[in-house]
Amino acid sequence: MARTMRRPRLRPEFQFRFPVSSCLFETRGQRVVGTIRSDFPILGRPLSDGTPLVYLDSASSAQKPQVVIDSLSECYSTYYANSHRGVYQFGVQVDEALEGTRARVAAMIGADHPEEVIFTSGTTMSINLVASAWGRSRLSSGDELLVNEMEHHANLVPWQQLASETGASLRHIPLTDDGRLDLERLDECLTSRTRLVAVTGMSNVLGTVNPIGRLVERAHAVGALVLVDGAQSVPHAAINVQEPRIDFLAFSGHKIYGPTGVGVLYGRRELLEKMDPFLCGGNMISEVGLTESSWAELPAKFEAGTLPVAQAIALGVAVDYVQGIGFDEIGRIETALLREAQQRLSEIPDVLIHGPAVEHKGAIVSFTDERVHPHDMAELLKRKGVAVRAGHHCTMPLHAWMGVVATTRASFALYNDSTDIDVLVDGIQYARKVLRCD
Amino acid sequence: MSDELYDELILDHYESPYHRGELESPSCTHTEHNPLCGDRVQLQLQIGSDQRIEQAFFDGEGCAISQAAASILCEHIEGKTLEEIEAFTAAAMLELLKVRLTAVRQRCGLLGFKVLKTLAYSYDGSHDEAAEASA
Repeated sequence: MARTMRRPRLRPEFQFRFPVSSCLFETRGQRVVGTIRSDFPILGRPLSDGTPLVYLDSASSAQKPQVVIDSLSECYSTYYANSHRGVYQFGVQVDEALEGTRARVAAMIGADHPEEVIFTSGTTMSINLVASAWGRSRLSSGDELLVNEMEHHANLVPWQQLASETGASLRHIPLTDDGRLDLERLDECLTSRTRLVAVTGMSNVLGTVNPIGRLVERAHAVGALVLVDGAQSVPHAAINVQEPRIDFLAFSGHKIYGPTGVGVLYGRRELLEKMDPFLCGGNMISEVGLTESSWAELPAKFEAGTLPVAQAIALGVAVDYVQGIGFDEIGRIETALLREAQQRLSEIPDVLIHGPAVEHKGAIVSFTDERVHPHDMAELLKRKGVAVRAGHHCTMPLHAWMGVVATTRASFALYNDSTDIDVLVDGIQYARKVLRCD
Repeated sequence: MSDELYDELILDHYESPYHRGELESPSCTHTEHNPLCGDRVQLQLQIGSDQRIEQAFFDGEGCAISQAAASILCEHIEGKTLEEIEAFTAAAMLELLKVRLTAVRQRCGLLGFKVLKTLAYSYDGSHDEAAEASA
């Protein structure tokens, strides 16, 4: 046991050379669009029956570029250790790489301080952290939380639970007929009793991009905080938490081309500092006595237990990758895909696309076909190599609002192209043919 | 050429289901959902004094597999006794469909079967209660 505690024998002149080498990571500004697809090895591999993969499920989870895969492998095979102050070489390397990711995430979202970036397991945990650590001790009967029907269950159920625990009530921003937040009617539900507005940056079903700036302005005017669920929006559009002044931002690593198991909660420092811990245990303490303990500084206060070390480091690589391409370029690629997909699907008789016009949405097209049930559609598209999702996509209230039990969702990312849309459209016709309803 | 999943039997039952609708006064009714895809199957049985299923009707909405399977189920169980239903296994139900289902689609194919098993299990009790009440 004592061996790990012994002072490691490090040469003072030792120069670290970690492969992920973070802050100095070369970006890929001059990338040619046509090569993006080749960065993702899985997209070049045919399925087991030889069919090429048409991956249209990035809203669920994005595929990974080779640099992210390499980063994981490199960490585990060349310098892996647990994080937090291992004094031996790998311990130091891991800590530096982790802090490198934190700094790069902070820079990407415009956070003032790296310690405002908390590593979590993903968006769900990030939102639960706020609901618990901010909400439980602050809310009581008479307070209100403002959500809406388009939210993913992860940005709805934690608030329902918080409301039932504290006696606060849950209110909903009405939706317009085309699936946008009806800000004209915001006064009906945003009041001086509103303590927090939880809203998605982009709907995972309708694709609706919400007007966060206007919401923040209105919410702050009545003294309410704003939490943005950035799971869908952060991978696809630049965000700056200073403008508009977002109080909390949650997102997942795996949707921004990083690994599963790691996500981020951004919180304004003055808020995080006043909040109670969420999970208690190792790393999040300052001093532990037998009957009571004091909490560590940020970000450790909210990072109890062992972090997903390699995943968090690889998330930094994913952030570099995305920023190397640039959100302008990503927006250009995805908007073109969205316009084309929306146009071509809307030309198919009896196909209904749910959600607003393309200028109000991101690259997600959820549809129902009057002739083919979504489950059969997904099954038959599978045979053409098309990966889409069918179901309620963790938005049961939204599907109730739309009046359907399920939709088929095609979601696009920077590695998709027009060929993918061709195969999708052909696949829909094929499904109709198999089900004898073409 | 017949499809490996949506073959003639499945599609025939999907397009022209056997006993889709409701009974006027069923002996028992039960509904189950498949929460993942929203499939819904309701089953109604008319059970005779000899514990034999005289009529079976289903209703619901969902994918071709869930609806066709419910239709095939209704056709299969009419005339069977509750004892026979008890011995009726999920594997036997899947065999009736004559197509191979992946684990995910088995939920669809077995939704009606789940309703049937629930009904058959709970029917004994209610039947006895009814019998006791009238005695």
